[in-house]
Order: sequence, then structure tokens, then C-alpha cells
Amino acid sequence: MITHPFTYQAPSTIDEAVQQLDRSDEGKVIAGGHSLLPLMKLGLAQPEALIDLRRIASLREIRGEADGTIAIGALATHRDITHDQTVRAKLVALAEAAGAVGDLQVRARGTIGGSLAHADPAADEPAPALAYDAIIRAVGPKGRRDIKASEYFKGVFETALAANEIIAEIRFPAPAGRTGGAYAKFAHPASGFAITGVAAVITIKADGTVERAAIGVTGAAAAAYRATAAEKALAGTNGDAKAIAAAAAKAADGITALSDLAASSDYRKHLVTVYAKRAIERAISRAKA
Amino acid sequence: MTGTATPTYIGSRVARKEDPRLITGEGTFTDDVMLQGMAYLTLVRSPHAHARIRRIDTAAAKKEPGVVAVLTGKDLEVTGMLPVFITVPSMNGSKHMPIATDKARYAGDAVAAVVADTRDAAKRAADLIAVDYEPLPVVVDASKALEAGAPILHEELGSNLVFTYPVKGGDIDKAFKDAEIKINQRIVNQRLIPNAMEPRAVTAKFEAGELTLWTTTQIPHFVQLIVALNLGLGQNKVRVIAPEVGGGFGSKLQVYAEELLVGHLAKTLGRPVKWTEERREGYLATIHGRDHVSDVELAAKRDGTILGLRVRTVANVGAYLQAFAPGIPTILHVFIVPGPYRIPAFDYEMRGAYTNTTPVDAYRGAGRPEAALLIERIMDRLADEIGMDPAEVRRKNFIPSDAFPFNTISGITYDSGDYAPALDRALAMADYKGFEKRRAEAKARGNYRGIGISSYVEICGLAPSKANAALGVGWGGYESARIRVHATGAVQVFTGTSPHGQGHETSWAQIAADALGVSPNDIEVRHGDTFESPGMGVGTFGSRSLAVGGIAVHKAAEKVREKVVQIGAHLLEASPTDIVVEGGKVFVKGVPDKAKNFGDISMAAYLANNLPDGMEPGLEATVYYDPPNFTFPFGTHIAEVEVDGETGAVQIVKYSACDDCGRQINPMIVEGQLHGGITQGIGQALYEGAVYDNDGQLLSGSMMEYHVPSAEDVPAFDLDSTVTLTNTNPLGVKGIGEAGTIGSTPAAVNAVIDALSPLGIKHIDMPLTSEKIWRAIRAAGEGRR
Repeated sequence: MITHPFTYQAPSTIDEAVQQLDRSDEGKVIAGGHSLLPLMKLGLAQPEALIDLRRIASLREIRGEADGTIAIGALATHRDITHDQTVRAKLVALAEAAGAVGDLQVRARGTIGGSLAHADPAADEPAPALAYDAIIRAVGPKGRRDIKASEYFKGVFETALAANEIIAEIRFPAPAGRTGGAYAKFAHPASGFAITGVAAVITIKADGTVERAAIGVTGAAAAAYRATAAEKALAGTNGDAKAIAAAAAKAADGITALSDLAASSDYRKHLVTVYAKRAIERAISRAKA
Repeated sequence: MTGTATPTYIGSRVARKEDPRLITGEGTFTDDVMLQGMAYLTLVRSPHAHARIRRIDTAAAKKEPGVVAVLTGKDLEVTGMLPVFITVPSMNGSKHMPIATDKARYAGDAVAAVVADTRDAAKRAADLIAVDYEPLPVVVDASKALEAGAPILHEELGSNLVFTYPVKGGDIDKAFKDAEIKINQRIVNQRLIPNAMEPRAVTAKFEAGELTLWTTTQIPHFVQLIVALNLGLGQNKVRVIAPEVGGGFGSKLQVYAEELLVGHLAKTLGRPVKWTEERREGYLATIHGRDHVSDVELAAKRDGTILGLRVRTVANVGAYLQAFAPGIPTILHVFIVPGPYRIPAFDYEMRGAYTNTTPVDAYRGAGRPEAALLIERIMDRLADEIGMDPAEVRRKNFIPSDAFPFNTISGITYDSGDYAPALDRALAMADYKGFEKRRAEAKARGNYRGIGISSYVEICGLAPSKANAALGVGWGGYESARIRVHATGAVQVFTGTSPHGQGHETSWAQIAADALGVSPNDIEVRHGDTFESPGMGVGTFGSRSLAVGGIAVHKAAEKVREKVVQIGAHLLEASPTDIVVEGGKVFVKGVPDKAKNFGDISMAAYLANNLPDGMEPGLEATVYYDPPNFTFPFGTHIAEVEVDGETGAVQIVKYSACDDCGRQINPMIVEGQLHGGITQGIGQALYEGAVYDNDGQLLSGSMMEYHVPSAEDVPAFDLDSTVTLTNTNPLGVKGIGEAGTIGSTPAAVNAVIDALSPLGIKHIDMPLTSEKIWRAIRAAGEGRR
């Protein structure tokens, strides 16, 4: 039950939404509501104004652009993303991550924009957003601003987004040829959130050696991160089991791992290495296919 | 089955009559009851696990718009204490008020109440109540609670010891002296949170001197009795209705504070009142289950023969004794610990302890899962120690089939049993012989595969009233039924049982249908309303409903049938011994074309102008049935698991079970009970566990932390049954409501330990979470280096 009062608006353009948000004192933007409403029910979030984006139909589009960029509207649901043919063909780690969110009901309502704006450290989509070098396109009172995924996630529920900015879309550059992706997740048995989720995006050369590895990790630390030590260790290798194991072993290097009833920080770090290995294996085999 | 011809409906898979309305959302649950002018109750609960209440400032709350009343424990003492229905020897009972007056004894203990026009207003006002607490030292661990110097919860008792309950048989000292093998094992049976799908709720109205109270309960008649006594109303002026109830598992086998409070408030405020629990609130304020720590010692011979069993257990009862709490770790646990085995010497001492935690009471299986885990773990430890196949160790110690009725070393009498065939069937279903190949294949994948057996016996059919009295249960264990055939032939069955998912509307109709020779579709079963019932019902718990309540229905139906036969014989001018009642017809044997319709007979009973001499008009019968003994279902469950070698995550890959609950009324309902029960038991084995910190804060405080397994966590179950009738009742039925939960937990745990046994791992306490297993694997690896 939500016991505190709030106003509700449902603007039909994003500019209107930005204005309303900017004018409000303690306003919050609502998309699918699957993060915000539970917090409001628990009294942990008590916004004075809700600005609902649901009428802004253009924000739900997923479109391929001329340069190969895949632009995903902030209101695209996890289910939209999982079932989109372009995403499945080009951004398979994202399709898998979106398909691993919550359950069917959550995926049918929850949105990628909402997930990235909320920045739960255990959310799934931050991992592929990092691994695919996504750009978060935000709109604020001063206009449009592009934020690199690598500069976006700051901490637990903390992002580079300003309080009066709204995510309009998430832009995924076209992956190079011979690229494979995969998302491997160890889910919390109760909540279904990622205790560890690893998105691996691997590009190989014609001779099979690893040209580039991008590994995004969620669930393990206060914010999703790129496992740069593991990426470096994998690049230039022939991508065999030994090389993968050696690289994956570095996937939790330098992090301060979260700890809770389901997984201590030691165990989480271990799971990161195991799931990094599993994600990399699948990504490489897809790159080769 | 006396009197009844070849059963037509008993034993058949009749589709559940209650399902269409439940599936289409037409069922009315307690929170669905909306009444004109209704007010809403919210309780303020202590955030502290142990604190003296110095002062409660309600001034601000009273000013909040929409508030009807703000009350504290002192204002509500008039509702009286919460009841405890069982008294075991040496018991130190606790004073348990609906709203704490002096101290809060667990986080969640209610300290104040708000009634308002809306739920929102009540919640807002509750937030404005300022309670001045003096925090006191906290104890959450039951063993520590019994140590000298521990914080005392109930000062007037002088200690936290609730009871010491010893049960002995045979010469235990000799058993250990003669032992070639001794095994010691500490076994923790962790605390569980029941999680019925429907949270608790109470709605009440008071009109013309009569209180009507809708509540989520398994025992409406007990609620009626206690509400009437505590609120000073005639029992005839308290109508308790358990409408649709969405699961209980023992958590609704109580008379809760909220039932007394809502009843009292409806009576005194002059308007209907409703209280509905929130899920997080329920984690604190609805009873928990299990929570034993046992030290188990087994004496045996090298050939696997058991000589003796010694157990010392501390049971955590939480902050107060709840309704049936004294009986769960004692009566329903200690006596059944020997399980299906012949154990020559037995020495059990159970102690109960108060702690600053949510009160603990019955949770599906209630004492018996704790017993099954204890004995089945120790059987596997014995098998491991002497290098014998776990199936053979069990077989060797089984009570032989010709030894029934069997007097156990713990002092009870098993009615009937034939344990080896159920074990053999389960072994065959599980392809036990082919297992080592599968273990090797898993090893090649880097995983550990294990298989685990659990052979159990449990106690159902609670209970013969005299046995109840001897055990300290303060009420009879009978059940009631009334069958009313209306003039038109419409049949109504009124039962004292109170189903909340079990399907009594279908099973009871099947039982009555066979006696009355009509279809179950023509029989309506009504339950849960104390003003419609035969008078007193005991309720639905402990897998008792069929073996007691179902028999009452059967006996009432037989009485009605006898009258139908008499009237039929009179109208057809034949001898009653020649009358056949079947297919909705009544006719003379061999002359079905000259039949009377069932409705002709019932009409004759009410026209009453052509009945046999001296016969009363009408066609109905009421039966109170008191069983002569308990029943003892049994079976063997086998789980096969694969443990991820890298993460420790467990997957149940195959599950086979052969259960024997005597005659099955509806095999589909039996399977449904097993599906849910097995899943629930696997929940305890692998996932569930209430976790408190040292300050008494419940860390596993919501479904975000506490995993209740669902279909995706378990494989398709492979189920079969044997049928060993009991002589305890005329249908030969035993009970199946808890068997799945009792059988599955040890099977799953034994399978995981078996998987890890090549690493030298002998025991891990539940829940067997992936991290715990990963740590055990890592520690075993380090030990070997």
C-alpha cells in the first residue's frame, strides 16, 4: 500500500516530461514501475510527483540506423528486447540479459530505460550495456546529452544522470564482424536478481585469435563494471580453454564485492570468475560460428 | 467397507469440484468481505526484539484525520490471553496478551493498535505513535537461552526453559556398551517461514448481539470457542466463518491476537472492522516452524544392526507458547523418531526454550519432518561408516511386515505397515542400480552426482480423544459430519473439517456418493461456517481430515443409507436385505426396472405419510467420530541430484517416491498433495531458512531474501504407491497431507551429501545453499592437500 500522497502526470512528449520533472520538487519518472512502485509501497521512495512516460509512444521503438547503430527506446520492455530480431542477431548478450530479467510479468512491464535509470547493482541490462559500449542518450532542460556506459554507472542506485534528466534511448554501436556475445547469470534463488551476471562480447580475427574482448559484470559490486584485466588477458590469445580460464580468473580483480545472505563477497568473486568463463566460452563459440 | 457396495467413486480421479470457482477468481476470501461502514485495524509492532515499553504517546495519532481509535495493550487487556491447547509435563507456560503490555519480546510483537476509516489513514496514524522503548539484552539461540545469565523473557517463570520432555525405552547403556559402531552427529533443523499464499486476514461485524467473524483459519470452531469465552459472548452468539482459505500449513492453526482484537473492536466500536496482514508483517507476526538443534548418537553393530539411539534436542519455541506449540517438538516428534526401524533402546530428551524470536508452532509435518531428517541422516551416516549400501541398512532394520500392530520403543503402536515393497518400488523407479554410471558421467562433466533415500513413517489421524488427554492435549480429537438429504433428493454434507486447499468438497462427496448411490456432482459439501456445521468441528491439520473427518462423513452417509433402504423396502414391499441403492435408484435386487428414484425416497421421508411404523420423518444424520488409534502412513522417497562442481549449485535431476497412505479416495488429490509437499520439503533442504542477527532482527524478512521453491526448481516427480489398509477405520485410509514434506527433505539432503561423499564430506546442515556447498567442497580440497 502506498500511503503518501503524490501528483500524477502523463505527458505526451519527452520535452513536456522533462519540463514537468524539472519543475517538480521531488519528482520521479515512472516507466514500467517495477523498481519504483515496490520502493513506494515500502515507503523507501516518497516522490511528490510521478511523471509517467507511457504516452510517449516513440520511446518504445527499437530501430536500426544507417550506420548500423541499434537505438533502443527507453520504454522498450525487457520482453520487447528479448524478442526483437535485430537485437537477437546483433546484440545477443543483450537479448539474453533482457530475457533473464525477473519473470514473464516483470519482463512484460519493466523497461530498459527504467532499469538503467534505477541502477540496481543486481540488474541484468547494465552488463551488456557496458560490454557493447552503449551510449545512454539523456534529455534534460538544456537538451540532449550522450553518456558512455563506461561513465554512467557510479554506485548503488547512482548514475551520471542528473535529477532533471530522462533517458530517451540507449544506443548500441554495430558490433564488428565475427563478434559473438553471451550473458551468463547466477540468479539469486529468491529475488531472481543477478548475484553475478556477466556479458561477454568477443571479436575474433580470421585466424581465430581474439581481437577484442569486452566483459561487463553486474551483481557483484556496487555498480556494474568492465572487467578490464580479464579483457586484456584474453585479447591476442587463441581463445582456447586455457586462455579463457586465465582471463576469467581476473574478472573480479580489484573489486569490492557485495555481500548478503545469499552470497558472501568471497563467493561472489568466485562466481564472477566462473560465470565470466561460461560467458566467454559461449561468446567465442558464437563468434566462430 | 461396511455396508457399501463395490466403491464407484472412492478411488477414482474425480476432478476437484472447488477448482472452477477458485481458478476463475470467484472464490470469496476473508479480505474480499466488504461491509458497510467498515473500519480498518493496523497494529504497531515493536522494532526491538526485547524491550521494556516505558511509555506510548498516542496524541498525534489520535489527531490524524480518519482515525477512529488508538489503543494500547492496557486498553485491550479485556480481550484476555491467547490460548495454548496443549500442556506437557513440567511446562512453564507464558502469559501471552494480544497486545504486549509490559515488554516486547520479539521484533514484531504488537504494542499498539489503530483503527481508522481507511487502511491508509490507519497506517499513517500508526507511524505517528511514539513508543518509548528501553532496549533489553536479546537472546535468539535456544541453547544460549538456557544458559545461566541469559536474558529472561518471562521474568515470572525464572528461566527460559519451557519444558523437559524425556522419552525412554529399552536399555540404552547396554546398547552403547555392546556397540561396535558409534556415530555422533549434530543435526540442525532450521527455522522456516510458512508462506501460505493468502496472508492472514480477519473481518468482523457485531449486529443484534451477534458477532460474525470471517477469518483465515484451519480451526474455525476453536476460534469460535475462544472468541466467545474471551469476549464474554455466548458461543451461540459467535459465528466464525472460514471462507476460502488460501493455504495454511499450520500457520493458520492458531487463535491469533488479531482474531480477538477484531472481534472485540467490532463489538465495542459499533462498526465492522477488518485487518489484513501484509506479507512482510506476516514474516514477523505469523508463526514460524521447525527450529531444532539435535545431538544424535547411534549405537550399532558392524553388520548394520541398530542397537540404540540417544538424542538430546533443544527446540526454539520463540517468544511465547502458541496454541499447539508444546505438542509439536514432543508428541508429534519424539515418539516417531524411531521411524520404520526396529530400535531396541531409545533415550530422547527434548527441551524447549523461549527466545526473542517469532513464536514457533506447527508447520507442514510439524515435528515429523524433524524426526525423519534426524533418523534418515543417521541411517546414511551408519551406512557410510560401515561401507554398506544405504538401501540395505534400511532394509536390515525395517520392522518386518508380520510384526504389526507394532509397539515401538518410544511407546506408540503402529497400526499397519509393509515397508520393504515401497523401498523396492522406489529403488526400481529411481534406477538405483544404474546410478554409479550416472555418477561417473557427471564427474566427467566436472560435477558431483548423488542419490539419497528417505524411508519414513508418520503419524496421522489425530487423534483418539483419550490418547489426546493422556498426552496433555486439552480437547478431543474427534470430527463431526452431518448429511442432510432434502425432499427433492439434493444432498448436503456439513463437515467439521476446514479445508484450505485440500479438496474436501470433492473427496467427501466421493465418500458420501458411494454410500448413497448418487453422483458426487449431486452432493454439495459445506464447511468452515460454525453456524452451519454439525455443532463442533476440530479442524484441518496433521493430515487428520480424511482419517477422522472423512470417516465421520462415511458413517453419517451409512446412517442415511440405512434409512433409504428401510423406506425403499417399505415402498417396494420387499425385505431391506434385498434392497439395492445405486445409480440414483433404489430397487429390489434383480428387479432394477421397478426402481424408485433416490428423490422419491427422500420425498417420502418428508411427506411422512407412508413410512415404516415408528420411523421419524426426515432424512439426515449427524455423526461425531472418535478414532480408536492414530494411523501411520509410510513410504520411500529417492532424490537424485547433480552439484555444479564450480559453484556448488544443486539441481534435483530425478525424484521418485512410493508412498502408502492406505486406501486412496482420489488418487489425483493424493498426487497433488505429494507434488506440493515434496516441493515444500525440498525448499527446506535446499533454500529456506529464517535468519536472525544477534539483535533479534529477522534478516530473511521478505520474499526477496527467502526463497519458496516453485515448479521451475523441481523436476517432474515420478510417483507410485502401495496400499496397506489400516484397521483403525472402516475405509482403511491413513492420510497424505504431510507425507511429501516429511519424505522429501531427508531424501534431498542425503542425495547432496552422497554426491559430496567422494570428497569425504559427511554432513552439511540445511539449507544446502550453493555457497555452503562450495565452501564444503573447498574445505575438503584443502584438507586433502
